Amino acid sequence: MSARPDLDVSRLPTYAFGHRSLMFWGTMGMIVIEATMFAIALVTYYYLRGRALHWPMSAPPPDLLYGTINTVILILSGLPNHLAAKAAEQENLARVRLWLLVCLAAGAAFHVVRVYEFLTLNTHWSANAYGSIVYALLVLHTVHMLTDYLDTIVITALMFSSRVTGRRYVDVNENADYWWFVIIAWIPIYFTVYLVPRWFP
Amino acid sequence: MTSLERSWADPPGFLGWLSTVDHKRVARRYIFTTLVFFALAGLMAATMRVQLARADNDLVGPDLYNQLFSMHGSAMMFLFAVPVMEAVALYLIPLMVGTRNVAFPRLNAYGYWIFLFGGVMAFTVFFLDIGPEAGWFSYVPLAGPAYSPGKRQDFWAQLVTFTELAALIGAIQIIATAFKLRAPGMTLARMPLFVWAMVATAFMIMFAMPSVMLASSFLITDRLVSTQFYNPAEGGDVLLWQHLFWFFGHPEVYIIFVPALGMISEILPVFARRRVVGYVALVIALVTISFLSFGLWVHHMFTTGLPPLGMSFFTAASIMIALPTGLQIFCWIATLATGTRVRFSTPLLFVIGFFFIFVIGGLTGVMLGAHTLDQQLHDSYFVVAHLHYVLIGGAVFPLFGAFYFWFPKLTGRLLSERAGRWNFWLFFVGFNVAFFPMHFLGLDGMPRRVYTYPEGSGWEALNLLSTAGALVIAISMLVFAANVIVTWRRGARAPENPWKASGLEWWTRSPPPAHNFERIPVVDSRTPLWDAQFPGATVQGLPDDVRSVLVTHVHDATPDHINIMPSPSIWPLLAAIATTLLFIGTVFNPWALVWGSIPVAMTLIGWFWPKADEVKSLREHDRSPNDFKAGA
Repeated sequence: MSARPDLDVSRLPTYAFGHRSLMFWGTMGMIVIEATMFAIALVTYYYLRGRALHWPMSAPPPDLLYGTINTVILILSGLPNHLAAKAAEQENLARVRLWLLVCLAAGAAFHVVRVYEFLTLNTHWSANAYGSIVYALLVLHTVHMLTDYLDTIVITALMFSSRVTGRRYVDVNENADYWWFVIIAWIPIYFTVYLVPRWFP
Repeated sequence: MTSLERSWADPPGFLGWLSTVDHKRVARRYIFTTLVFFALAGLMAATMRVQLARADNDLVGPDLYNQLFSMHGSAMMFLFAVPVMEAVALYLIPLMVGTRNVAFPRLNAYGYWIFLFGGVMAFTVFFLDIGPEAGWFSYVPLAGPAYSPGKRQDFWAQLVTFTELAALIGAIQIIATAFKLRAPGMTLARMPLFVWAMVATAFMIMFAMPSVMLASSFLITDRLVSTQFYNPAEGGDVLLWQHLFWFFGHPEVYIIFVPALGMISEILPVFARRRVVGYVALVIALVTISFLSFGLWVHHMFTTGLPPLGMSFFTAASIMIALPTGLQIFCWIATLATGTRVRFSTPLLFVIGFFFIFVIGGLTGVMLGAHTLDQQLHDSYFVVAHLHYVLIGGAVFPLFGAFYFWFPKLTGRLLSERAGRWNFWLFFVGFNVAFFPMHFLGLDGMPRRVYTYPEGSGWEALNLLSTAGALVIAISMLVFAANVIVTWRRGARAPENPWKASGLEWWTRSPPPAHNFERIPVVDSRTPLWDAQFPGATVQGLPDDVRSVLVTHVHDATPDHINIMPSPSIWPLLAAIATTLLFIGTVFNPWALVWGSIPVAMTLIGWFWPKADEVKSLREHDRSPNDFKAGA
């Protein structure tokens, strides 16, 4: 027997966007962990630089061209990413499909250029501690790009399949959050890897 | 079988056992696994104590001794202390906040398998004579390619990768479950203190563990593909390791200790029969400790020749953390002192044992926190005594109290009170006999990590005494194991709420059904079961033909939406096996990072891809938030 009327939740929705959803909190947890990882890797870079007499150690700085192209590609990819997230919130399947495909195209271009970035770093991980940390930063970011790219491929395939349900829009939405994270995480890495050795040798 | 029971039941048979995503089954396995690792690491400690019982002993040689203390420390930290706290939390938190599962049930199962495989790998390589040999903190250059050839330190680095991955997964579960799945009415200000403690711990894990994962990845690449992070000849730096390690390693101590604080705050009021004194102060203290724990790491490095200003800062921070810890202890003493008809049952005995031992450990901590004294005592047995007083007193005693307290909920049977008292007193006396003499050995100059010492050093008598104490601890552990085994088979049946406690976990059957609660209650206070009328109301309208849970708002726990939870699946296990192949493969060939990621990706896709029956069931229940806004 209850003193008060019971709480009827039968009309509540079965999914929700943004901070209301569980997926948001899972994604944010991932982002906090990975951001800490990036931050500590960056601190390591500056720690090693602070103890070195010459920086970069016995090598010219990485070539600017490909890293800069990729920075532009990444920042531009924010637009289709944003539009895919918006379309997901409106549960507009056609637009979700369209913008996810544009995101995939941007990601493909990015990964091709990334290969050239590695080829023009002008150092090697085994050369010295400078080479090691530069490679570490770039590999760390590439691993995150690749996992998120794979994630995006799978979710795009799913949105083109016959298995779309409401919560998949939440997945698209949260996938976009993670893509924002890999974009934003790149900015300090670009600054560190490409500009610091030029501007603050 | 009701519709609710059918929805939450696991599939039958061995496959069902492997594919369960029930947080209680997963957490029970988790707890059991950590206890097995605890026993093995304890046996290693006992072996070391027997070796040290007399001077010039040759029971264990120096090489094996190195592996013994390295594996003892690594296993106790990575395979017991942190995971056991998370495992207890993964069992209790959904019950304490009034929901039916953790936020990400399949990820939870994956986390357990990763932990299990990492632990099995570590002990397997130890028995194959390729166990770690450079201590639990694995300092370079000793652990680097020049001074530790072979595979021993590579396996150590991968042990870190396995266990930290599992710990990070646990942290995400804890935060999402505590923030989003609380029963309606359980505002943040009404959240049980153990849940608060675990949320604080989970945040510490998320900020601390990436550091050691990165550090050990740098170590393994230095060893396997000749990166130069820690090689001074090529611009690397050995102190970089110590910074990265202790930036994790010091919060690690609090990651172990803060859950224990939460356990005490749950146990103590029940036996004092009153609400805890200073709920808000206790929460603030937990959060303060979590922040301060990140400002202490350099006090492990006082003898490395850092600038004096830095030393003074870290000395101040190290002493400051005594304040919130002290605040908690005063709140508990006040709770006990103003309690009525205090019952000194076994769980409370362990809590009181904590007070005694932990305060001594805290005092030697303040001593070691002063860098001037630390210079003298560094790497001596004084530090061994201190860290065991803090960790065993601060975490293991409350943990045993928690076992006695929540065992009836897990199993439906009450542990024997008489055996519990024997367990406590043998442990308490044995602990002090084993570790108190080490203070004097350290002050007298006996260094840590020596496999023997010469006749006539004057250390013989205290070492023998210490070994005797260790054997008493071993006996107390046998009493505990016997108590658990006998009780499991024929112990007294436990009712729903044998201790007359106030938390929601005591509102359901012992052990709880797969769906945890028949109905989700509405909560009106911090101590719901002590309310005159509970529950005032319950939640109606959650579909019971699927695994549905109520998602609520973070702050005030008002109902937001219904979430349909994933069903049992074998994919988390397969993904964990693929991940294990990748991690172990990289020890032998760096390219395993590339080809090993293919099966990982395949299993993750198999995990994520919705099955036809899931799609059907989701579609039947789907209600869009957009329709809801439009008022449809």
